[in-house]
Amino acid sequence: MATTLFRTAPSVRAALRPSSMKPAVAALTSTSFVRGKATLPDLSYDYGALEPYISGKIMELHHKGHHQTYVNGLNSALESIQEANAKGNSIQAASIAPLLNFHGGGHTNHTLFWENLAPNNKGGGGEPEGALKSAIDKDFGSFETLKKQINTALAGIQGSGWAWLAKDKTAGTLQVITRPNQDPVTGNYVPLMGIDAWEHAYYLQYQNRKAEYFNAIWNVINWNTVAKRLEKA
Amino acid sequence: MASATYKLPKLPYAYDALEPSISRQIMELHHSKHHQTYITNLNKALEVSATALAQGKLQDSVAQLSAIRFNGGGHINHSLFWENLAPSSSAEAKPEAAPTLVAAIQATWGSLDSFKAAFGAALLGIQGSGWGWLVKEAGTGQLRIVTLANQEAVVVGDTPLFGVDMWEHAYYLQYLNGKAAYVENIWNVINWKTAEVRYAGARDDVFQVLKANM
Repeated sequence: MATTLFRTAPSVRAALRPSSMKPAVAALTSTSFVRGKATLPDLSYDYGALEPYISGKIMELHHKGHHQTYVNGLNSALESIQEANAKGNSIQAASIAPLLNFHGGGHTNHTLFWENLAPNNKGGGGEPEGALKSAIDKDFGSFETLKKQINTALAGIQGSGWAWLAKDKTAGTLQVITRPNQDPVTGNYVPLMGIDAWEHAYYLQYQNRKAEYFNAIWNVINWNTVAKRLEKA
Repeated sequence: MASATYKLPKLPYAYDALEPSISRQIMELHHSKHHQTYITNLNKALEVSATALAQGKLQDSVAQLSAIRFNGGGHINHSLFWENLAPSSSAEAKPEAAPTLVAAIQATWGSLDSFKAAFGAALLGIQGSGWGWLVKEAGTGQLRIVTLANQEAVVVGDTPLFGVDMWEHAYYLQYLNGKAAYVENIWNVINWKTAEVRYAGARDDVFQVLKANM
């Protein structure tokens, strides 16, 4: 079941592969590795590396606490589905879909998020270049307009959720979209860059001043990652 | 067409009165910032909507409905929430302050503890931001646990008895990602007296706080 699910979402699979194949992780899990089991990916930077824009404490809780909970929830949902299927109870298996969507989406979203962030000395911040810049200029007029549009989208989320820069596969254009809670970007859209608008992503540092977080995060966006995702989209 | 303007209701206790279950810092931000923002945005949306309607622009009026629902719900939920909390040392915070309601809870869930377990599980099952409520169902008068996403409010039919805010801003500064502890500790500060009055009284009376702060 797990492999089938991941096969239908190749972008998800690609996003998860590099981190779960890291030697350190592989070594840790070598004795208890179960095929198809999701694992928490390592960050490619330290928890404190995105300061002062995102505090080390936020990053640590967000990665080790929240993301890990989604990983656990995903594995447990997959296991429950497998068990129900093994008993031939497809209705029971289907009833687990909301948990699969929530925790699977949470794992996917956070994995993509960590990769599209970077400290200033590792390519974070600045402005998009090359083909990505051209695409942004063509579809939004300018990088400034895109930023404004994403910040407006983020501010307009009612509750928990994410804003994404995504590629519309059929239209071929870039678009700003939002998703509630942990709904992943799927179907006609390829996620290029995501910003977490859950309160846990900023509250310890920014409290109710979320607009300040939305402004600050542009200083740590990893445009190289975004450009690579666009190349493959 | 002038629209109504809503105001932030005063808390019936001090910001630090719910410690250690809910910290002063959380209460102050939650009341003076978060709740105030819902009210500010509700008033704005109501005014824009009313003005557009007066000008015969139904489309512009309808465009405000999402903001009215969200921010209006936020105002209603928080107003009811403050009133259904009380300092743990007060008589109101003891289930004994709600003899009729507790009897009905026992009749429904077997015991107060089973109810608490079911309510807590419902709260922890919310995916994203939202609220959990104990309500008196319209028509049957039965007790039910309901969860609502974001700032959806108990405004159609049922009578809300008490609610628990499961937005992260309600507990994060103190409990971080340990929301189960928040759910456990909230029982220390539930205002059973308020719940009893809401259970026994007329549905409209529950929402009096809104009218009293216009």
